[in-house]
Amino acid sequence: MIEIKNLSKTFRTAGGTVEALKNISLTVNDGDIYGIIGMSGAGKSTLVRCINMLERPTEGAVLMDGQDLGALTQKELRGVRRDVTMIFQGFNLLMQKTCLRNICFPLELAGVKKAEAKKRAMELLEIVGLPDKAESYPAQLSGGQQQRIAIARALATQPKVLLCDEATSALDPKTTHDILELLKDINERLGITIIIITHQMSVVEEICNRVAILDGGVVAEEGEVSAVFADPQSDAAKRLVFPDGEEEVVPVHPGERVLRVVFNGAMAAGAPLITQMAIDEKIAANILYASTKCLGDKVYGNMLLGLPEEEETVQRAVKYLTEVGNVLVTEVTGNA
Amino acid sequence: MLDKMFTSEAISEALLILKEEMPFALWETTYVTVLATAFAIILGLPLGILLVAGEKDGVLPLPKGVMHVLNVVINLLRSIPFLILMILVFPLTRLIVGTSVGTTASIVPLVIAAFPFVARLVESSLRELNPNIIEMAQSMGASPMQIIVKVMLPESIPSLISNFTIAITTILGYTAMSGIIGGGGLGKIAINYGYYRYKYLVMLIAVIILIILVQLFQSIGTKLAVKLDRRVKH
Ligand SMILES: Nc1ncnc2c1ncn2[C@@H]1O[C@H](COP(=O)(O)OP(=O)(O)O)[C@@H](O)[C@H]1O
Ligand SMILES: [Mg+2]
Repeated sequence: MIEIKNLSKTFRTAGGTVEALKNISLTVNDGDIYGIIGMSGAGKSTLVRCINMLERPTEGAVLMDGQDLGALTQKELRGVRRDVTMIFQGFNLLMQKTCLRNICFPLELAGVKKAEAKKRAMELLEIVGLPDKAESYPAQLSGGQQQRIAIARALATQPKVLLCDEATSALDPKTTHDILELLKDINERLGITIIIITHQMSVVEEICNRVAILDGGVVAEEGEVSAVFADPQSDAAKRLVFPDGEEEVVPVHPGERVLRVVFNGAMAAGAPLITQMAIDEKIAANILYASTKCLGDKVYGNMLLGLPEEEETVQRAVKYLTEVGNVLVTEVTGNA
Repeated sequence: MLDKMFTSEAISEALLILKEEMPFALWETTYVTVLATAFAIILGLPLGILLVAGEKDGVLPLPKGVMHVLNVVINLLRSIPFLILMILVFPLTRLIVGTSVGTTASIVPLVIAAFPFVARLVESSLRELNPNIIEMAQSMGASPMQIIVKVMLPESIPSLISNFTIAITTILGYTAMSGIIGGGGLGKIAINYGYYRYKYLVMLIAVIILIILVQLFQSIGTKLAVKLDRRVKH
């Protein structure tokens, strides 16, 4: 478990001071895929760098399983960094070394024997799906493949936590999806807690279970992804969930009840699902707003449905939609 | 001068001199150049590393004063003309080699002149490195020493080789000047025959051989740098 307690970070530069983070408190539980999302300059990278003490917080603490990382010596920190590894937007592979040697690198740092390191690296190449790239150099690989090698390298020391700073921001949507699938798989199979820094809502939608929205160095909102998406409270969250401000223009008939349907990897497309509901349940739902997209055979995004007033109909609709799986349905009250 | 240069008499005389003295001179020049470069790298490489690693936000920050002294000394040594430096270091040369004249003795001023230059070249090579790579190594728990040895140097190899090539060709040029303090080699032949005895053809040939040597070192260095660079898809 990682607890960030009242963390602040102020940079002193020639041009004055920059308060990059202000009084951040967050808890990441073991096994979470925790998203930290915010616009550029919100302080995301600074926050993630404070988690492994690449950046020393000005105030506050980072506790890992109860241990205060700020109180550790440089040497002790180096040990902790084998448990909390990191992948980056630019992959940051050693360009003069083969993929195999890149993956061996953290093991080499830790003093693991060559043969043993190599064996582990080969296993990791298998896990990330590039068993035939051991002797290739990073420059010979695509961006997605390079990130897979970086992931393998980050897993070499069998970390408890993997920090991803904009790890998919340099990749195209398809590759992004593949990498996110890999991360999800790693989270499930190896039980590694993952913290994902991103400016892309779709990334959080796709794999995170919890999310913190960072805005101007403060946490604007924090919670279950589905809850935050279903009913964003803060302005920053609303801006991210409704980038075009659609929520304001949603027409609601008098008396109409509104459901927000969040698709979090559902196996059914949005509009056909509503049509199917009309056929199966004889409920005529009005699609007020929809922003969904398909990645592979799964759907992500959300939708606002207008429903007739009767409680019974609403209940049936909620039940019907929820049964699809990976769909979260909540009633929206008091807006518009 | 030109008309006297290519008379058959001059040519046969030059060929004789070349046949008798050139192989040894070539050997001397190569030996002095390679040794001086090697020592200059032995001294300059760690200094160059310190110049980068020792900075305020380098991997091994050193006290400001230390960095300042280092920079001043390097700049100072680099600003002394080689001809004067050769004379200035006589006492040091005598201390190390036992004499201040001769081929081996000429290595000392060459090294003194070249190592600050090499330090700057190493510095510029290391600065080319993507700082994110260093951050990556830190995030994986690398110690400052490990970052220098396992990341900064290996990742800079192609650039270092290119810069060491510049160093060796520059030093080769300087060896010619050491003929003045009795250092042997192509420079001595050029000066002795060309300047003191007006045998310009010998001088011309010595210079041409020097040029060929520079070209040779340069093309070997460039080829090696490209060959070893894994960023290029071979
Ligand atoms: N080393 C630094 N020195 C000075 N200011 C910095 C430094 N690192 C980040 N900042 C500032 O802190 C703020 C947050 O930056 P960052 O964490 O990189 O944001 P994000 O990753 O969300 O885009 C920015 O205003 C940035 O200019
Ligand atoms: Mg960032």
